[in-house]
Amino acid sequence: MLEVKLRFTQPGALVRINRASVIVDGKALLSEINLTIFEGESVVVLGANGAGKSTLLKLCNSLISPSVGSVQTPPLHEQSLIFQRPALLQRSVLDNVRYVLSVRGVAEPACTEQAQRALAACNLSANANQSARTLSGGEQQRLALARSWACEPRLMLADEPTANLAPSAVRDVESLLHTVQSGGTTLVLTTHNVAQAKRIARRIIFLDNGKIVEDRLATEFFVSPHSAAARTYLEGESL
Amino acid sequence: MGVDSNLPGTCAGRERDVSLFVDSVNAAGSLLLSGDSTLLEITVLSLRVSATATLIAALIGMPLGAWAALTESRLRTPIVVVLNASMGLPPVVIGLIVYLLLSRSGPMGLFGWLFTPTGMVMAQTILITPIIAALARQTIEDAHGPLRDWFTSLGLNAWQRILTLLFEARFSLAVVLLAGFGRAIAEVGAVMMVGGNIAGSTRVMTTTIALETSKGDLPLALALGLLLVTLVLIVNGFAQTFKARMERRNA
Repeated sequence: MLEVKLRFTQPGALVRINRASVIVDGKALLSEINLTIFEGESVVVLGANGAGKSTLLKLCNSLISPSVGSVQTPPLHEQSLIFQRPALLQRSVLDNVRYVLSVRGVAEPACTEQAQRALAACNLSANANQSARTLSGGEQQRLALARSWACEPRLMLADEPTANLAPSAVRDVESLLHTVQSGGTTLVLTTHNVAQAKRIARRIIFLDNGKIVEDRLATEFFVSPHSAAARTYLEGESL
Repeated sequence: MGVDSNLPGTCAGRERDVSLFVDSVNAAGSLLLSGDSTLLEITVLSLRVSATATLIAALIGMPLGAWAALTESRLRTPIVVVLNASMGLPPVVIGLIVYLLLSRSGPMGLFGWLFTPTGMVMAQTILITPIIAALARQTIEDAHGPLRDWFTSLGLNAWQRILTLLFEARFSLAVVLLAGFGRAIAEVGAVMMVGGNIAGSTRVMTTTIALETSKGDLPLALALGLLLVTLVLIVNGFAQTFKARMERRNA
Protein backbone atom coordinates (compact mmCIF):
# COMPACT_ATOMS: atom_id res chain seq x y z
CA MET A 1 0.00 0.00 0.00
CA LEU A 2 1.47 3.29 -1.04
CA GLU A 3 0.02 6.48 0.33
CA VAL A 4 1.63 9.70 -0.77
CA LYS A 5 0.35 13.21 -0.22
CA LEU A 6 2.49 16.03 -1.44
CA ARG A 7 1.94 19.74 -1.34
CA PHE A 8 1.10 21.15 -4.69
CA THR A 9 4.17 22.61 -6.33
CA GLN A 10 3.50 23.11 -10.02
CA PRO A 11 2.04 26.57 -10.75
CA GLY A 12 -1.37 26.46 -12.38
CA ALA A 13 -2.19 22.90 -11.36
CA LEU A 14 -4.45 22.77 -8.32
CA VAL A 15 -5.03 19.01 -8.13
CA ARG A 16 -2.62 16.43 -9.42
CA ILE A 17 -3.51 12.76 -9.22
CA ASN A 18 -0.81 10.40 -10.37
CA ARG A 19 -1.58 6.72 -11.10
CA ALA A 20 -3.93 6.57 -8.14
CA SER A 21 -6.11 3.58 -7.38
CA VAL A 22 -8.64 3.16 -4.60
CA ILE A 23 -9.17 -0.45 -3.62
CA VAL A 24 -11.72 -1.44 -0.98
CA ASP A 25 -12.18 -5.09 0.06
CA GLY A 26 -10.29 -6.20 -3.03
CA LYS A 27 -12.51 -4.20 -5.38
CA ALA A 28 -11.01 -1.32 -7.36
CA LEU A 29 -13.32 1.70 -7.03
CA LEU A 30 -10.82 3.78 -9.01
CA SER A 31 -8.03 2.40 -11.20
CA GLU A 32 -4.86 4.09 -12.39
CA ILE A 33 -6.27 7.61 -12.31
CA ASN A 34 -4.08 10.29 -13.88
CA LEU A 35 -5.64 13.71 -13.61
CA THR A 36 -4.54 17.32 -13.36
CA ILE A 37 -7.02 20.08 -12.60
CA PHE A 38 -5.88 23.65 -13.21
CA GLU A 39 -6.71 26.82 -11.33
CA GLY A 40 -10.01 28.39 -12.42
CA GLU A 41 -11.29 25.40 -14.38
CA SER A 42 -14.86 24.23 -14.49
CA VAL A 43 -14.83 20.45 -14.64
CA VAL A 44 -17.81 18.10 -14.71
CA VAL A 45 -17.36 14.43 -13.92
CA LEU A 46 -19.86 12.22 -15.74
CA GLY A 47 -20.47 8.51 -15.54
CA ALA A 48 -23.03 5.86 -14.71
CA ASN A 49 -23.92 4.86 -11.16
CA GLY A 50 -20.96 3.15 -9.51
CA ALA A 51 -18.49 4.51 -12.06
CA GLY A 52 -16.47 6.15 -9.27
CA LYS A 53 -17.55 9.82 -9.53
CA SER A 54 -18.08 10.38 -5.80
CA THR A 55 -14.94 8.41 -4.96
CA LEU A 56 -12.94 10.65 -7.29
CA LEU A 57 -14.29 13.75 -5.54
CA LYS A 58 -13.48 12.29 -2.12
CA LEU A 59 -9.98 11.55 -3.37
CA CYS A 60 -9.60 15.18 -4.49
CA ASN A 61 -10.80 16.32 -1.04
CA SER A 62 -8.55 13.88 0.86
CA LEU A 63 -11.62 12.30 2.45
CA ILE A 64 -10.07 9.04 1.29
CA SER A 65 -6.46 8.17 0.53
CA PRO A 66 -5.29 6.31 -2.55
CA SER A 67 -4.37 2.66 -2.06
CA VAL A 68 -1.75 3.13 -4.76
CA GLY A 69 -0.32 6.27 -6.35
CA SER A 70 -0.22 9.85 -5.19
CA VAL A 71 -2.58 12.79 -4.84
CA GLN A 72 -1.56 16.42 -4.51
CA THR A 73 -4.35 18.75 -3.45
CA PRO A 74 -4.59 22.15 -1.79
CA PRO A 75 -4.84 22.07 2.02
CA LEU A 76 -8.33 21.43 3.40
CA HIS A 77 -8.91 25.04 4.43
CA GLU A 78 -8.58 26.04 0.76
CA GLN A 79 -11.21 23.52 -0.37
CA SER A 80 -14.87 22.92 0.20
CA LEU A 81 -16.97 19.86 -0.52
CA ILE A 82 -20.69 20.09 -1.15
CA PHE A 83 -22.69 16.91 -0.69
CA GLN A 84 -25.81 15.73 -2.49
CA ARG A 85 -27.57 15.87 0.90
CA PRO A 86 -26.21 18.91 2.73
CA ALA A 87 -25.05 18.15 6.26
CA LEU A 88 -26.63 20.98 8.23
CA LEU A 89 -26.27 21.78 11.90
CA GLN A 90 -29.29 22.18 14.20
CA ARG A 91 -28.80 25.92 14.35
CA SER A 92 -29.97 28.98 12.51
CA VAL A 93 -29.03 29.56 8.88
CA LEU A 94 -26.66 32.35 9.89
CA ASP A 95 -25.03 30.20 12.59
CA ASN A 96 -24.43 27.41 10.08
CA VAL A 97 -22.30 29.78 7.99
CA ARG A 98 -20.65 31.34 11.04
CA TYR A 99 -19.69 27.87 12.23
CA VAL A 100 -17.52 27.03 9.20
CA LEU A 101 -15.90 30.45 9.33
CA SER A 102 -15.13 30.09 13.03
CA VAL A 103 -13.49 26.68 12.58
CA ARG A 104 -11.39 28.28 9.84
CA GLY A 105 -10.24 30.82 12.42
CA VAL A 106 -12.24 33.88 11.31
CA ALA A 107 -12.89 36.00 14.40
CA GLU A 108 -15.84 38.27 15.18
CA PRO A 109 -17.07 40.68 13.87
CA ALA A 110 -15.59 39.67 10.51
CA CYS A 111 -17.13 36.21 10.93
CA THR A 112 -20.72 37.49 11.10
CA GLU A 113 -20.14 40.10 8.36
CA GLN A 114 -18.67 37.47 6.00
CA ALA A 115 -21.52 35.07 6.79
CA GLN A 116 -24.13 37.74 6.09
CA ARG A 117 -22.48 38.60 2.76
CA ALA A 118 -22.50 34.93 1.74
CA LEU A 119 -26.18 34.59 2.68
CA ALA A 120 -27.03 37.71 0.72
CA ALA A 121 -25.20 36.36 -2.33
CA CYS A 122 -27.19 33.14 -2.07
CA ASN A 123 -30.46 35.00 -1.56
CA LEU A 124 -30.92 33.65 1.97
CA SER A 125 -30.74 36.87 4.00
CA ALA A 126 -34.43 36.68 4.81
CA ASN A 127 -33.91 33.21 6.29
CA ALA A 128 -30.87 34.12 8.40
CA ASN A 129 -32.53 33.50 11.76
CA GLN A 130 -34.59 30.53 10.64
CA SER A 131 -33.61 27.02 11.76
CA ALA A 132 -31.53 25.51 8.94
CA ARG A 133 -33.41 22.23 9.05
CA THR A 134 -36.70 23.92 8.28
CA LEU A 135 -35.46 25.12 4.87
CA SER A 136 -36.68 23.52 1.64
CA GLY A 137 -34.36 21.19 -0.28
CA GLY A 138 -33.28 23.93 -2.70
CA GLU A 139 -32.72 26.42 0.12
CA GLN A 140 -30.66 23.86 2.05
CA GLN A 141 -28.42 23.35 -0.96
CA ARG A 142 -28.08 27.13 -1.36
CA LEU A 143 -27.10 27.30 2.31
CA ALA A 144 -24.45 24.61 1.70
CA LEU A 145 -23.17 26.78 -1.15
CA ALA A 146 -23.22 29.90 1.01
CA ARG A 147 -21.27 28.03 3.66
CA SER A 148 -18.65 26.99 1.13
CA TRP A 149 -18.55 30.32 -0.59
CA ALA A 150 -18.10 32.25 2.67
CA CYS A 151 -14.74 30.52 3.11
CA GLU A 152 -13.58 31.70 -0.33
CA PRO A 153 -12.13 28.31 -1.33
CA ARG A 154 -9.70 27.88 -4.21
CA LEU A 155 -11.28 24.51 -4.99
CA MET A 156 -14.99 23.75 -4.75
CA LEU A 157 -16.05 20.13 -5.10
CA ALA A 158 -19.76 19.43 -5.54
CA ASP A 159 -21.17 15.91 -5.49
CA GLU A 160 -24.46 15.93 -7.43
CA PRO A 161 -25.59 19.11 -5.71
CA THR A 162 -28.85 19.36 -7.64
CA ALA A 163 -29.99 15.73 -7.47
CA ASN A 164 -33.60 15.51 -6.24
CA LEU A 165 -34.16 19.27 -6.54
CA ALA A 166 -37.07 20.91 -8.35
CA PRO A 167 -36.18 22.59 -11.71
CA SER A 168 -36.40 26.12 -10.27
CA ALA A 169 -34.10 25.16 -7.39
CA VAL A 170 -31.70 23.53 -9.89
CA ARG A 171 -31.52 26.81 -11.82
CA ASP A 172 -30.82 28.76 -8.60
CA VAL A 173 -28.01 26.42 -7.59
CA GLU A 174 -26.50 26.43 -11.10
CA SER A 175 -26.60 30.19 -11.20
CA LEU A 176 -24.71 30.32 -7.90
CA LEU A 177 -22.17 27.79 -9.12
CA HIS A 178 -21.60 29.99 -12.19
CA THR A 179 -21.06 33.02 -9.97
CA VAL A 180 -18.64 31.11 -7.74
CA GLN A 181 -16.68 29.83 -10.71
CA SER A 182 -16.55 33.19 -12.46
CA GLY A 183 -15.04 34.59 -9.26
CA GLY A 184 -11.96 32.45 -9.86
CA THR A 185 -12.81 29.37 -7.81
CA THR A 186 -12.00 26.05 -9.44
CA LEU A 187 -15.15 23.96 -9.70
CA VAL A 188 -15.33 20.17 -9.94
CA LEU A 189 -18.85 18.82 -10.07
CA THR A 190 -20.39 15.39 -10.53
CA THR A 191 -23.80 15.00 -12.11
CA HIS A 192 -26.06 12.63 -14.00
CA ASN A 193 -27.71 15.53 -15.76
CA VAL A 194 -26.18 15.88 -19.23
CA ALA A 195 -27.97 19.16 -19.89
CA GLN A 196 -26.52 20.55 -16.68
CA ALA A 197 -23.06 19.31 -17.63
CA LYS A 198 -23.41 21.18 -20.95
CA ARG A 199 -24.41 24.36 -19.14
CA ILE A 200 -21.61 24.26 -16.57
CA ALA A 201 -18.61 22.35 -17.91
CA ARG A 202 -15.64 23.62 -19.81
CA ARG A 203 -14.03 20.22 -19.43
CA ILE A 204 -15.61 16.78 -19.09
CA ILE A 205 -14.14 13.77 -17.35
CA PHE A 206 -16.01 10.59 -18.18
CA LEU A 207 -15.58 7.64 -15.83
CA ASP A 208 -16.43 4.04 -16.58
CA ASN A 209 -15.85 1.25 -14.05
CA GLY A 210 -13.43 3.38 -12.04
CA LYS A 211 -11.32 4.44 -15.02
CA ILE A 212 -11.14 7.75 -16.84
CA VAL A 213 -12.10 6.89 -20.41
CA GLU A 214 -12.48 10.47 -21.66
CA ASP A 215 -10.96 13.76 -20.51
CA ARG A 216 -11.77 16.45 -23.06
CA LEU A 217 -13.22 19.87 -23.66
CA ALA A 218 -17.00 19.80 -23.14
CA THR A 219 -17.68 21.16 -26.62
CA GLU A 220 -15.79 18.26 -28.20
CA PHE A 221 -17.09 15.59 -25.86
CA PHE A 222 -20.76 16.24 -26.46
CA VAL A 223 -20.31 16.45 -30.26
CA SER A 224 -18.23 13.31 -30.69
CA PRO A 225 -17.58 11.10 -27.68
CA HIS A 226 -14.71 8.73 -28.40
CA SER A 227 -15.56 5.82 -26.14
CA ALA A 228 -18.42 3.41 -26.61
CA ALA A 229 -19.28 3.78 -22.91
CA ALA A 230 -19.67 7.56 -23.24
CA ARG A 231 -21.72 7.23 -26.42
CA THR A 232 -24.04 4.71 -24.75
CA TYR A 233 -24.31 6.93 -21.69
CA LEU A 234 -25.17 10.06 -23.69
CA GLU A 235 -27.70 8.18 -25.81
CA GLY A 236 -29.32 6.77 -22.65
CA GLU A 237 -29.45 10.16 -20.99
CA SER A 238 -30.93 11.85 -24.03
CA LEU A 239 -33.84 9.41 -24.17
CA MET B 1 -58.49 -24.25 65.08
CA GLY B 2 -59.86 -20.80 64.07
CA VAL B 3 -58.29 -18.42 61.52
CA ASP B 4 -56.58 -15.30 62.94
CA SER B 5 -58.54 -12.38 61.45
CA ASN B 6 -55.49 -10.11 61.68
CA LEU B 7 -53.50 -12.24 59.27
CA PRO B 8 -52.98 -10.71 55.83
CA GLY B 9 -55.00 -12.45 53.16
CA THR B 10 -58.02 -12.88 55.39
CA CYS B 11 -61.07 -10.68 54.82
CA ALA B 12 -60.59 -8.71 58.03
CA GLY B 13 -56.86 -8.43 57.38
CA ARG B 14 -57.49 -7.00 53.91
CA GLU B 15 -59.92 -4.42 55.30
CA ARG B 16 -57.34 -3.41 57.89
CA ASP B 17 -54.62 -3.04 55.19
CA VAL B 18 -56.89 -0.87 53.03
CA SER B 19 -57.81 1.28 56.00
CA LEU B 20 -54.13 1.66 56.94
CA PHE B 21 -53.30 2.64 53.38
CA VAL B 22 -56.12 5.21 53.23
CA ASP B 23 -55.11 6.63 56.61
CA SER B 24 -51.50 6.82 55.47
CA VAL B 25 -52.43 8.61 52.25
CA ASN B 26 -54.52 11.11 54.22
CA ALA B 27 -51.73 11.68 56.71
CA ALA B 28 -49.20 12.02 53.88
CA GLY B 29 -51.43 14.61 52.19
CA SER B 30 -51.65 16.63 55.41
CA LEU B 31 -47.90 16.39 55.87
CA LEU B 32 -47.24 17.61 52.33
CA LEU B 33 -49.73 20.47 52.59
CA SER B 34 -48.47 21.58 56.03
CA GLY B 35 -45.00 22.30 54.62
CA ASP B 36 -43.37 20.17 57.32
CA SER B 37 -39.83 21.44 57.94
CA THR B 38 -38.29 17.93 58.23
CA LEU B 39 -39.89 16.91 54.96
CA LEU B 40 -38.62 20.08 53.29
CA GLU B 41 -35.11 19.64 54.66
CA ILE B 42 -34.93 16.02 53.47
CA THR B 43 -36.27 16.96 50.05
CA VAL B 44 -33.85 19.86 49.60
CA LEU B 45 -30.88 17.68 50.61
CA SER B 46 -31.99 14.95 48.18
CA LEU B 47 -32.23 17.44 45.33
CA ARG B 48 -28.91 19.07 46.23
CA VAL B 49 -26.99 15.79 46.42
CA SER B 50 -28.49 14.31 43.25
CA ALA B 51 -28.20 17.53 41.22
CA THR B 52 -24.53 17.93 42.22
CA ALA B 53 -23.82 14.28 41.38
CA THR B 54 -25.57 14.68 38.01
CA LEU B 55 -23.56 17.80 37.21
CA ILE B 56 -20.24 16.14 38.03
CA ALA B 57 -21.24 12.94 36.22
CA ALA B 58 -22.19 15.02 33.17
CA LEU B 59 -18.83 16.80 33.16
CA ILE B 60 -17.06 13.42 33.18
CA GLY B 61 -19.56 11.23 31.30
CA MET B 62 -20.45 13.48 28.36
CA PRO B 63 -16.89 14.01 27.04
CA LEU B 64 -16.10 10.36 27.80
CA GLY B 65 -19.18 9.22 25.86
CA ALA B 66 -18.34 11.59 23.01
CA TRP B 67 -14.77 10.32 22.88
CA ALA B 68 -15.98 6.71 22.87
CA ALA B 69 -18.37 7.58 20.03
CA LEU B 70 -15.69 9.14 17.85
CA THR B 71 -12.46 7.31 18.61
CA GLU B 72 -11.03 4.80 16.20
CA SER B 73 -8.69 3.50 18.90
CA ARG B 74 -8.53 -0.23 19.57
CA LEU B 75 -9.60 0.59 23.12
CA ARG B 76 -13.01 1.67 21.89
CA THR B 77 -14.70 -1.74 22.02
CA PRO B 78 -13.46 -2.65 25.51
CA ILE B 79 -14.44 0.81 26.78
CA VAL B 80 -17.92 0.57 25.29
CA VAL B 81 -18.35 -2.90 26.81
CA VAL B 82 -17.22 -1.63 30.23
CA LEU B 83 -19.47 1.44 30.00
CA ASN B 84 -22.51 -0.62 29.04
CA ALA B 85 -21.80 -3.20 31.73
CA SER B 86 -21.27 -0.47 34.34
CA MET B 87 -24.83 0.75 33.82
CA GLY B 88 -25.96 -2.31 35.73
CA LEU B 89 -23.55 -1.96 38.66
CA PRO B 90 -25.37 -2.80 41.92
CA PRO B 91 -25.57 0.39 44.06
CA VAL B 92 -24.64 -1.52 47.22
CA VAL B 93 -21.37 -2.60 45.61
CA ILE B 94 -20.63 1.02 44.74
CA GLY B 95 -21.63 1.98 48.28
CA LEU B 96 -19.25 -0.59 49.69
CA ILE B 97 -16.34 0.54 47.49
CA VAL B 98 -16.92 4.22 48.31
CA TYR B 99 -17.29 3.33 51.98
CA LEU B 100 -13.91 1.56 51.92
CA LEU B 101 -12.32 4.47 50.06
CA LEU B 102 -13.67 7.07 52.48
CA SER B 103 -13.33 5.15 55.72
CA ARG B 104 -10.73 6.49 58.12
CA SER B 105 -8.17 3.84 57.12
CA GLY B 106 -9.04 4.09 53.40
CA PRO B 107 -7.03 5.94 50.76
CA MET B 108 -9.39 8.95 50.90
CA GLY B 109 -10.04 8.82 54.63
CA LEU B 110 -8.11 12.02 55.29
CA PHE B 111 -10.83 14.06 53.54
CA GLY B 112 -13.39 13.11 56.20
CA TRP B 113 -16.17 12.64 53.64
CA LEU B 114 -17.69 9.48 55.12
CA PHE B 115 -21.21 10.11 56.48
CA THR B 116 -21.36 13.53 54.78
CA PRO B 117 -23.37 14.73 51.78
CA THR B 118 -20.07 14.99 49.88
CA GLY B 119 -19.55 11.24 50.26
CA MET B 120 -23.10 10.66 49.03
CA VAL B 121 -22.42 12.87 46.01
CA MET B 122 -19.33 10.79 45.29
CA ALA B 123 -21.29 7.51 45.46
CA GLN B 124 -24.07 8.80 43.22
CA THR B 125 -21.54 10.26 40.76
CA ILE B 126 -19.83 6.87 40.43
CA LEU B 127 -23.24 5.24 40.00
CA ILE B 128 -24.54 7.47 37.21
CA THR B 129 -21.38 8.45 35.31
CA PRO B 130 -21.39 5.18 33.30
CA ILE B 131 -25.10 5.63 32.56
CA ILE B 132 -24.59 9.16 31.25
CA ALA B 133 -21.44 8.16 29.33
CA ALA B 134 -23.04 5.11 27.71
CA LEU B 135 -26.23 6.93 26.68
CA ALA B 136 -24.24 9.97 25.51
CA ARG B 137 -22.02 7.71 23.41
CA GLN B 138 -25.01 6.27 21.58
CA THR B 139 -26.64 9.70 21.13
CA ILE B 140 -23.45 11.29 19.81
CA GLU B 141 -22.67 8.37 17.53
CA ASP B 142 -26.12 8.78 15.97
CA ALA B 143 -25.60 12.54 15.56
CA HIS B 144 -22.13 12.02 14.09
CA GLY B 145 -23.24 9.67 11.27
CA PRO B 146 -24.68 12.22 8.82
CA LEU B 147 -22.01 14.82 9.67
CA ARG B 148 -18.92 12.59 9.60
CA ASP B 149 -17.79 13.23 6.00
CA TRP B 150 -18.50 16.94 6.26
CA PHE B 151 -16.46 17.23 9.45
CA THR B 152 -13.60 15.37 7.77
CA SER B 153 -13.77 17.64 4.74
CA LEU B 154 -13.57 20.65 7.08
CA GLY B 155 -10.48 19.13 8.70
CA LEU B 156 -11.95 19.24 12.24
CA ASN B 157 -9.83 17.74 15.00
CA ALA B 158 -11.27 15.40 17.65
CA TRP B 159 -12.04 18.15 20.18
CA GLN B 160 -13.78 20.33 17.61
CA ARG B 161 -15.93 17.34 16.65
CA ILE B 162 -16.74 16.50 20.27
CA LEU B 163 -17.73 20.06 21.18
CA THR B 164 -19.81 20.47 18.03
CA LEU B 165 -21.61 17.16 18.55
CA LEU B 166 -22.29 17.85 22.23
CA PHE B 167 -24.01 21.04 21.12
CA GLU B 168 -25.77 19.37 18.17
CA ALA B 169 -27.23 16.62 20.34
CA ARG B 170 -28.08 18.99 23.21
CA PHE B 171 -31.80 18.18 23.33
CA SER B 172 -31.26 14.43 23.45
CA LEU B 173 -28.40 14.88 25.90
CA ALA B 174 -30.68 16.86 28.21
CA VAL B 175 -32.87 13.76 28.41
CA VAL B 176 -29.76 11.66 29.10
CA LEU B 177 -28.93 13.99 31.99
CA LEU B 178 -32.40 13.64 33.40
CA ALA B 179 -32.19 9.86 33.17
CA GLY B 180 -29.02 10.12 35.25
CA PHE B 181 -30.68 12.47 37.72
CA GLY B 182 -33.67 10.14 38.01
CA ARG B 183 -31.38 7.20 38.72
CA ALA B 184 -29.44 9.21 41.32
CA ILE B 185 -32.40 10.57 43.25
CA ALA B 186 -34.10 7.16 43.37
CA GLU B 187 -31.00 5.41 44.71
CA VAL B 188 -31.00 4.12 48.28
CA GLY B 189 -28.36 1.45 48.91
CA ALA B 190 -25.17 3.40 48.26
CA VAL B 191 -26.25 6.62 49.98
CA MET B 192 -27.44 4.65 52.98
CA MET B 193 -24.01 3.01 53.35
CA VAL B 194 -21.93 6.10 52.63
CA GLY B 195 -24.20 8.72 54.19
CA GLY B 196 -25.26 6.74 57.22
CA ASN B 197 -28.81 8.19 57.12
CA ILE B 198 -28.04 10.70 59.89
CA ALA B 199 -31.05 12.90 60.74
CA GLY B 200 -30.49 16.51 59.79
CA SER B 201 -27.23 15.71 58.06
CA THR B 202 -27.35 12.92 55.48
CA ARG B 203 -30.95 11.80 55.56
CA VAL B 204 -32.45 11.92 52.07
CA MET B 205 -35.84 10.92 50.73
CA THR B 206 -35.05 7.32 49.81
CA THR B 207 -33.19 6.51 53.03
CA THR B 208 -36.00 8.10 55.05
CA ILE B 209 -38.60 6.03 53.22
CA ALA B 210 -36.63 2.85 54.01
CA LEU B 211 -36.17 3.85 57.65
CA GLU B 212 -39.74 5.02 58.32
CA THR B 213 -41.20 1.93 56.64
CA SER B 214 -39.10 -0.32 58.87
CA LYS B 215 -40.28 1.72 61.90
CA GLY B 216 -43.89 1.45 60.79
CA ASP B 217 -44.34 5.22 60.30
CA LEU B 218 -46.05 4.82 56.99
CA PRO B 219 -47.50 8.36 56.55
CA LEU B 220 -44.06 10.02 56.40
CA ALA B 221 -42.69 7.22 54.19
CA LEU B 222 -45.68 7.50 51.88
CA ALA B 223 -45.53 11.31 51.80
CA LEU B 224 -41.89 11.15 50.78
CA GLY B 225 -42.64 8.41 48.28
CA LEU B 226 -45.37 10.53 46.67
CA LEU B 227 -43.08 13.53 46.64
CA LEU B 228 -40.27 11.53 45.08
CA VAL B 229 -42.47 10.11 42.35
CA THR B 230 -43.97 13.56 41.69
CA LEU B 231 -40.51 15.15 41.44
CA VAL B 232 -39.28 12.51 39.02
CA LEU B 233 -42.46 12.89 36.94
CA ILE B 234 -42.17 16.68 36.85
CA VAL B 235 -38.51 16.60 35.85
CA ASN B 236 -39.07 14.02 33.12
CA GLY B 237 -42.26 15.69 31.91
CA PHE B 238 -40.40 18.97 31.66
CA ALA B 239 -37.55 17.30 29.75
CA GLN B 240 -39.85 15.59 27.27
CA THR B 241 -41.86 18.77 26.66
CA PHE B 242 -38.68 20.78 26.17
CA LYS B 243 -37.20 18.21 23.79
CA ALA B 244 -40.43 17.87 21.79
CA ARG B 245 -40.73 21.66 21.49
CA MET B 246 -37.15 22.05 20.32
CA GLU B 247 -37.48 19.19 17.85
CA ARG B 248 -40.67 20.70 16.45
CA ARG B 249 -38.84 23.99 16.00
CA ASN B 250 -36.08 22.22 14.07
CA ALA B 251 -38.31 19.76 12.23
